[in-house]
Amino acid sequence: MTPFGARRDELAGRRAAAARLVLSLGPATILAGVVWALIQPYRVTLLTPQGEGFWWLAVEPPLLVVVVGVVFHFAVARGLVRDLH
Amino acid sequence: MRPPAEHVHWLFAAGFLFLGLCLLARAIVGVEVWDRRAWRAYLWPGLLFGMGLAMWPVMVFFTNSAIHMLAHGSWAQALMIAGGAHLALARGKLTSQYWRLTLPFAMVVSGTALLVHEQNGWLWSRSAFVHHAAGWTVIVGALFPLLATFLPRRARLEVGFALTVLVLAVIIFSTRDVAPVLP
Repeated sequence: MTPFGARRDELAGRRAAAARLVLSLGPATILAGVVWALIQPYRVTLLTPQGEGFWWLAVEPPLLVVVVGVVFHFAVARGLVRDLH
Repeated sequence: MRPPAEHVHWLFAAGFLFLGLCLLARAIVGVEVWDRRAWRAYLWPGLLFGMGLAMWPVMVFFTNSAIHMLAHGSWAQALMIAGGAHLALARGKLTSQYWRLTLPFAMVVSGTALLVHEQNGWLWSRSAFVHHAAGWTVIVGALFPLLATFLPRRARLEVGFALTVLVLAVIIFSTRDVAPVLP
């Protein structure tokens, strides 16, 4: 293999690794939110609503983490990986 | 309809989590790839500016004391200055690299505001612990953008800054209005 070919393969390998890493950020965040909800289910008020007000039902930390992971994955990560290639 | 203070913290934590993920992805792929789409180049400074804007209602509606009002107000201004300067850098309206110093400046102001407006010691309560931990995290983390101003395109500094923001998000997510330090 020529030095140019080796360099090209090395760059392609780095790009692939970067793409895998970027694509794993969203799912890892979603997984963190789900694990948090399982460890502290009382932080998800929606599971057992008992007459709470709007904010207690709308803003639930583990679900916020899941939503951030989903938005990041679909709105940022996928397009970023397309541009990387 | 005013949200409890802990819910406001969690909403800001979600903003910091998204910001941290964007910064980490930017550090992984490099600035050239990240800036290939104009909207992405404006995303993180825009988020910073927006979070600064969102601090103003916090200042108005959560004025427990004068020190709270001053802390939240200075915080809002510092975040908006940093976000605005980086938006202008992304747009090309500002060209000097020294405008990047607005970011460590904003972080030092934010960290100081966090520490100053918390009147109790580290172990007084969860809220006190969170404010001290967040304050020192932000102040120490300001070293990353400070060094990156003079040593641009160092991936480790970019990753360090992104991780600082992610750690900050985790700390703020653990806020409770009334709770012991450990659950």
